[in-house]
Amino acid sequence: MAETLTIGKALNLGLRRAMEDDAKVVLMGEDIGRLGGVFRITDGLQKDFGEDRVVDTPLAEAGILGTAVGLAMRGYRPVCEIQFDGFVFPAYNQIVTQVAKIHARSRGRLPMPVVIRIPFGGGIGAVEHHSESPEAYFAHTPGLKVVAVSNPVDAYWGIQQAIAHPDPVVFLEPKRRYWDKGEVDTGATPEALFASRVVRAGDDVTVLAYGPMVKTALQAAEAAAEEGRSLEVVDLRTISPLDLDPVVDSVRRTGRCVVVHEAPVTLGLGAEIAARVTEHCFHSLEAPVLRVGGYDTPYPPSKLEEEYLPDLDRVLDAVDRAMEF
Amino acid sequence: MTTEVVDPVPGAGAPHLPRQTGLVQLLTPEGERVQHPDYAIDVTAEELRDLYRDLVLVRRWDVEATALQRQGELGIWASLLGQEAAQIGAGRALRPDDTAFPTYREHGVAWTRGVDPLHVISLFRGVDNGGWDPVATGFNLYTVVIGAQCLHATGYAMGLQRDGAESAALAFLGDGATSQGEVNEAMIWAASFSAPVVFFCQNNQYAISVPLERQTRIPLYQRAAGFGFPGVRVDGNDVLAVLAVTRAALAAAREGQGPTFIEAFTYRMGAHTTSDDPTRYRLASELEEWKLRDPIARVKAYLSRTGTADADFFADVEAQADELAVRIRRGTTEMADPPGRAMFDRVYAEQTPHLAAQQAQFEAYQAGFEGGGH
Ligand SMILES: Cc1ncc(C[n+]2csc(CCOP(=O)(O)OP(=O)(O)O)c2C)c(N)n1
Repeated sequence: MAETLTIGKALNLGLRRAMEDDAKVVLMGEDIGRLGGVFRITDGLQKDFGEDRVVDTPLAEAGILGTAVGLAMRGYRPVCEIQFDGFVFPAYNQIVTQVAKIHARSRGRLPMPVVIRIPFGGGIGAVEHHSESPEAYFAHTPGLKVVAVSNPVDAYWGIQQAIAHPDPVVFLEPKRRYWDKGEVDTGATPEALFASRVVRAGDDVTVLAYGPMVKTALQAAEAAAEEGRSLEVVDLRTISPLDLDPVVDSVRRTGRCVVVHEAPVTLGLGAEIAARVTEHCFHSLEAPVLRVGGYDTPYPPSKLEEEYLPDLDRVLDAVDRAMEF
Repeated sequence: MTTEVVDPVPGAGAPHLPRQTGLVQLLTPEGERVQHPDYAIDVTAEELRDLYRDLVLVRRWDVEATALQRQGELGIWASLLGQEAAQIGAGRALRPDDTAFPTYREHGVAWTRGVDPLHVISLFRGVDNGGWDPVATGFNLYTVVIGAQCLHATGYAMGLQRDGAESAALAFLGDGATSQGEVNEAMIWAASFSAPVVFFCQNNQYAISVPLERQTRIPLYQRAAGFGFPGVRVDGNDVLAVLAVTRAALAAAREGQGPTFIEAFTYRMGAHTTSDDPTRYRLASELEEWKLRDPIARVKAYLSRTGTADADFFADVEAQADELAVRIRRGTTEMADPPGRAMFDRVYAEQTPHLAAQQAQFEAYQAGFEGGGH
């Protein structure tokens, strides 16, 4: 049953299916009911599943995550929507001190299958606090799992897998790609959630990306191909746990690696990857692992976001630099 | 006259709303002056005309900005339509030495603080994060993260108190914001330290799509009692009542009597922002009911009926509004994009070597494009 779906619609259908499959799944968030969420990801779900399963919450993120903890203790599977990346921080305390640690602290006696959906990243011309990439904060916290989807197939399956997963998952949705379309086979067997994937084969440089930057990396590979340069693009898909095996295999072949993300480069995911790739591929590397990311500045006003966000030129520039070694 | 107007428009309001009780009103929707024992206010004819002018001008600014957004000149706009009286009344209650801590919708308050509308617009155009001087204007920067500013206002008020300054802080928040932990913490702090801060909540009945009943079971102003300070509900569409109530609360704060919570009972006539679709969550009939309480119409009715203003005055205000609209339109469309290096400016008071180097790299990279070298 292949359907052409946007990422947004794929998430909507994935949520619907997860709710049908498991009566313990409860969606919670601001404006997710009647409005269907500010991005309409939960459109129609309250109508079909009722106000007890699709809960319009009071305007309080600590409240959303803190009550999700209690609901999870009672055997529910709360799926929390944070309206925009910059608004997760009022809930940050609950996420990093409670959601992340309760399983370990209770020696596994208290389940914590909480999903935290966050539309993340920039590129939509918004005002401040609507374009952040907070993944490193979460990936740095043991006890949390973090995934970032890039396409409708992973959106559809990934959200269902995250919900069914026993651990808390921070589920990052590339908001500027919500309207990108792709074919989804809703009858297929999905790929594992915590696995990265080679999405374009190539020989010269391995380009790593996740979420919104996968498309940018693929565009860069397309452009590079016209100049006779062959880029291998890996969609990380999962940030914590990192699935480095396909990356290591790739870099051992290409000898060069460029990591792309929107978050500021300093202490971003690229730093971790560079360290690990260096450890595992030291003898194969022809160049240092290079990072392309946001600058180490607050996310700028929207008139400057084009200059802030990595685009295909900046990826190609890094590829050139990697090739020069 | 009545001392307190209970339910001034019987049966009006969204069906889910609690009955309005204890609403302070000084000018009815029909434009009749009424008295209130606690909130007497003497306003001169000139002051009234000035308030009217403020209301009309900020509405025009808002309408123009909404249009500019529709035409692609602004990324987004948060409209104040329907909330003009709450904002002008509160803003005009401030003294120059007081400080306002707004959310993202307080364009009317910005107006009363002398902030250039184009500075506010620049934020929504994506040129900067608000170009005005918060220190010189006593109007803080906009705060997008809901509720954060309430703690800032309280801390600022504690600073005023320590310095022996007889000034106050005025924190703005929405009905939805009252659910945030930080807002509740601010009220606990304010009470505990008797800080000279006033919490001014514009209850416009919705937090985006979520109606008031999902934030509270009791009228918001009654929550103040639980924190240990007075709460007042004022007709937020009555500029005189808002002015009187806010003035009194600020005066009490300056005199060392501690905080007050003001609930300005009002309605957001437009969308939450230009990205929102209110038809998904509210009925047209609700809007029609609130139209009858328009904050501008009642002042106009009063001014006309009492002969406080004549046709020339109204025509003159209209002309000023037209002029303002033209200035805003031209100023917006001519507003230059910032240079890319602006990102790196003032991230720190003292630039770091790392960021300076990154800025230099950025500039070199950009120069490569300009020279056509790429
Ligand atoms: C911490 C946080 N969560 C969510 C949002 C997204 N958001 C922006 S405005 C808004 C509703 C605010 O409602 P209210 O406090 O009543 O103020 P109003 O907009 O009605 O003036 C929401 C949920 C935000 N800005 N900050």
